[in-house]
Amino acid sequence: MHIKQELTERHVLTLTVDNEAGTLARIAGMFTSRGYNIDSLTVADISEDHTTSRITIVTRGPPPVIDQIIAQCERLIPVHKVTDLTEAGPHVERELALVKVRGTGDQRVEAMRLADIYRARVIDATVNSFIFEITGGPDKIDTFVALMREVGLVEVGRTGIVGLMRGAEGS
Amino acid sequence: MSEDFTVPEKSGAEILIDTLIEQGVDTVFGYPGGAVLPIYDALFQHTKIRHVLVRHEAGAAHAAEGYARSTGKPGVVLVTSGPGATNAVTGIADAFMDSIPLIVLTGQVATNLIGSDAFQEADTVGITRHCSKHNYLVKDPADLASTVREAFAIATKGRPGPVVIDIPKNVQVATASTDVKRATSSRFNPAGEADYAEINRAVELLANAKAPILYTGGGIINSGPDASAALRELAELCGAPVTSTLMGLGAYPASGDAWLGMLGMHGTYEANMAMNQCDVMLCLGARFDDRVTGRLDAFSPDSIKIHIDIDRSSINKTVRVDLPIVADVGAAIRQMIEVWKGRKYKAAALDDWWARIKGWRAVDCLSYAGSTQEIMPQYAIERLFAATKDKAPIITTEVGQHQMWAAQHFHFDAPNKWLTSGGLGTMGYGLPAAVGAQMGNPDALVIDIAGEASIQMNIQEMATATQYRLPVKVFILNNEWMGMVRQWQELTYESRFSESYSDSLPDFVALAEAYGWKGIRCSDPAKLDDAIAEMLAYKGPVMFDCRVHKTSNCFPMIPSGAAHTDMILHSDEVSGTMDDEAKALV
Ligand SMILES: Cc1ncc(C[n+]2csc(CCOP(=O)(O)OP(=O)(O)O)c2C)c(N)n1
Ligand SMILES: [Mg+2]
Repeated sequence: MHIKQELTERHVLTLTVDNEAGTLARIAGMFTSRGYNIDSLTVADISEDHTTSRITIVTRGPPPVIDQIIAQCERLIPVHKVTDLTEAGPHVERELALVKVRGTGDQRVEAMRLADIYRARVIDATVNSFIFEITGGPDKIDTFVALMREVGLVEVGRTGIVGLMRGAEGS
Repeated sequence: MSEDFTVPEKSGAEILIDTLIEQGVDTVFGYPGGAVLPIYDALFQHTKIRHVLVRHEAGAAHAAEGYARSTGKPGVVLVTSGPGATNAVTGIADAFMDSIPLIVLTGQVATNLIGSDAFQEADTVGITRHCSKHNYLVKDPADLASTVREAFAIATKGRPGPVVIDIPKNVQVATASTDVKRATSSRFNPAGEADYAEINRAVELLANAKAPILYTGGGIINSGPDASAALRELAELCGAPVTSTLMGLGAYPASGDAWLGMLGMHGTYEANMAMNQCDVMLCLGARFDDRVTGRLDAFSPDSIKIHIDIDRSSINKTVRVDLPIVADVGAAIRQMIEVWKGRKYKAAALDDWWARIKGWRAVDCLSYAGSTQEIMPQYAIERLFAATKDKAPIITTEVGQHQMWAAQHFHFDAPNKWLTSGGLGTMGYGLPAAVGAQMGNPDALVIDIAGEASIQMNIQEMATATQYRLPVKVFILNNEWMGMVRQWQELTYESRFSESYSDSLPDFVALAEAYGWKGIRCSDPAKLDDAIAEMLAYKGPVMFDCRVHKTSNCFPMIPSGAAHTDMILHSDEVSGTMDDEAKALV
């Protein structure tokens, strides 16, 4: 007997949650304990009175599992609202990355040229290194990081994505 | 600790007790320890709350479950930090799986010591996070009252479940103003009535069905006695047969005409065949558990499925349904009745359907080979039922074959009378649950139908029954085997009985006497009725060591991963082994 693999879809979920101790552990732990995937997770306080946070989770699973994930999130007491941006329609996704490269001469010039094409900004520079700041969809960042590997990548920090629906309405 | 002298201050422990009383709590199951001493001291001053001293914290949680399930009120548990809390975890997980409302109060080390590996520190909130409906660590006595109030709302409303409140010792000692506003929690709004468009559709489907079935579950019991009454009325109106999960037994009376018996792995042939062949399935407060569905792709392949459940995550979890309705099941059934009557529907002509059901019933799937030499376990349950049915007993069970035989051969006509560990399948549940049920129902006949292996898992609770003069009866089907394990080994592993023999059993009669109980032993079927009568006549607690046939198997059985139509009815249909796919299933 072999373990069966299932075809999965990528979904971006946003959760509005109470900003209290344990909320993140409850949500992240629920994903682990029920065997769901987390590709990325971001969380930050979004309210004036610091009572509410917004969590963006990128997950993966067959459609019925995605449906279960949403229902299981909704079942948690501190979770007020769950939106599946992928299902809901046109939306934007953005991620920020900091990318450090080391090099001199042609390599350094090439890194700078590529950064320019990708609209990455230099936020730190020494004679033999740069830190670039880049924002964009996850694909753009993946490609940029892959290119930087060729020209002296040292390390990368990524925020994970945040997303919003397009148009005037809130989700 | 605040400097505001205008309003009276009380300690956290006192605020806690006051709020429990305000929430209507009269009984607490607990066990003291260093981290809850301030609460125990506050309890000492109060007479409104009875504290039941269990003998192990698992017993406290199961006793609270038994109390909750038999009374419909939430069960309250009080245990100390560290080992007190970890011992209670099995009961918390059990209550979570079976949707039982519990409030579990755990002591914790002082807030300044949390995280320092202090004496008897455990991360109770971390450990119980995914086996409780919600949990809290309270860091300020000023938050206690509102936390406890919200906890009661969460535990009892919507799909019920256990809520854990972890209270550091310094929070119990420190004082706060008692002037705290009665904050009502706005963040927890469970479903109530169903949408009428959905109800109309459900009623139409049911009224036009040629082969309908009502598949009911523990949700009806949890919704309250009115939901059971409504179910009976709906069944009467539509004329459909009724089956139930293990958790839902008693919601529809077993003596009712439409009753098919329990469904699922050890359910009746007629219930499972009717589930397989129906054209409209109305699932009411059940959750398509794997014990119920068997092989998913063969589960009731041609039916239109309507699922009413208060927990949206239970809908479409394993089985895709055609009409999902998120609502309180009792309210939704009442709405269905209203629409049915309003539209003057008549029960459809279901004669053909009932004729087929009659054919399945004729298989007589619960029959078994009798014996005049030995007590057959099924016979023991039948006789116990016959002797007690007029007394409306509350039955608890342990886990194993005896549990399934009890579900098959003991029949329930009312809700809240059948307390068994369904979802988690916790051996050791039955005795403490019986203690809790007896505390909540002092005049009821409470019987734990037990196995000789399971009963040993919380045997210490015999002392609790003795202390509080609880006349519980423990009826052990003693087959000298972990019978259910032995059965699976016989069916799946060519009778290699690895570690399933109950060796070195205690003398249960002597044990009973040691605890101040009465002990009775019986191994002769001819003497069984008299022995049961002797047990029932005795005013105090009795342990009944019923020596039964040792190697009986529980049938019918749908092996895991098999379809409803592949039911094994008798031992001679058993091949003794299974393929790896089946072996991988629990
Ligand atoms: C705490 C716990 N441990 C292990 C099991 C696995 N298990 C299920 S039934 C069973 C045997 C129970 O034996 P007994 O109580 O004698 O009941 P019988 O099946 O013989 O009626 C075991 C070990 C369980 N359900 N719960
Ligand atoms: Mg046994």
